[in-house]
Amino acid sequence: MAFARSERPRLPTAIKILVAGGFGAGKTTMVGAVSETRPLRTEEVLTDRGIGVDDITSVEAKRTTTVAMDFGRITLGADYVLYLFGTPGQERFWFVWDELAEGALGAVILADTRRLADCFPSVDYFERRGTPFVVAVNCFEGSPTFELDEVRLALQLDPSVPIVMCDARKRDSSREVLVTLVKHSARLRAEPVGS
Amino acid sequence: MRGAGEPTDENWVDPEIIRPYVVTRGRTQPAHGKFDLISMALAVGPLPGPDAGLDPEHLRILQICREPKSVAEIAAYLDLPAGTIRVLLGDLFDRELVSAQEPRSEVDMHDIKMYRAVLDGLRSL
Repeated sequence: MAFARSERPRLPTAIKILVAGGFGAGKTTMVGAVSETRPLRTEEVLTDRGIGVDDITSVEAKRTTTVAMDFGRITLGADYVLYLFGTPGQERFWFVWDELAEGALGAVILADTRRLADCFPSVDYFERRGTPFVVAVNCFEGSPTFELDEVRLALQLDPSVPIVMCDARKRDSSREVLVTLVKHSARLRAEPVGS
Repeated sequence: MRGAGEPTDENWVDPEIIRPYVVTRGRTQPAHGKFDLISMALAVGPLPGPDAGLDPEHLRILQICREPKSVAEIAAYLDLPAGTIRVLLGDLFDRELVSAQEPRSEVDMHDIKMYRAVLDGLRSL
């Protein structure tokens, strides 16, 4: 539902892409590298209704938890605004992911080869949801170098899922990851948009 | 004896948690609209004067939204939780002071034109 009143200035269409991965994989770094401002932070205050994994029955007072998400903005002409959201790392906040993933164009899963297993939950999550995703192997200095095929094998990725190397600190490199994701999502959901 | 403003074990509350609900006068749901994090809002018309009965937070939202901003951005700039911003935006929408939209109906994930526009935009960064 769009809210239309007598005076209706044109609002740009907002699109979101999620940046997932384990703690310290470079999510906020990538968001900052391609965004037009420094990464911003938004918080959702949650009461105990949503936090099922914690045993809070012994706590008398209602507890609230604040979950923070870093995000950035890229204005794409007059018609579109792209928002990049770094997903909260803690597994117990996956219900926040559901809200984030709803209507997302797709997801970038950042993989750190020193802790490859950290991105298993993200791969599982987006596979189950049917959200288009790409895996970007963030190349830290001193991190073990793997062939992309080895990473693909280790993560048991479907052959159709793109996997690329990147440097999350670099604007051009992070932008190329987003381009790869947008093309992949278009292939899955619309039609090819060239090579 | 403790001063009036000092917390005791019995009445200890975290102002960071209380404040979001004070700003909304206890409301947790907006009167109108289901704004999600990327719902865009834009201020409409001139900024209301001090006799309009708006809270400072309402006025700050209107100032920030002179250009289209998302719920997430407004929340970040006001340093308030997104849920609080949804309630305040609902008030402003109710008074026809903002134009707002829900994004879900606006983005067609099968629309090839959207993908082309995003790719063109990314390449020209």
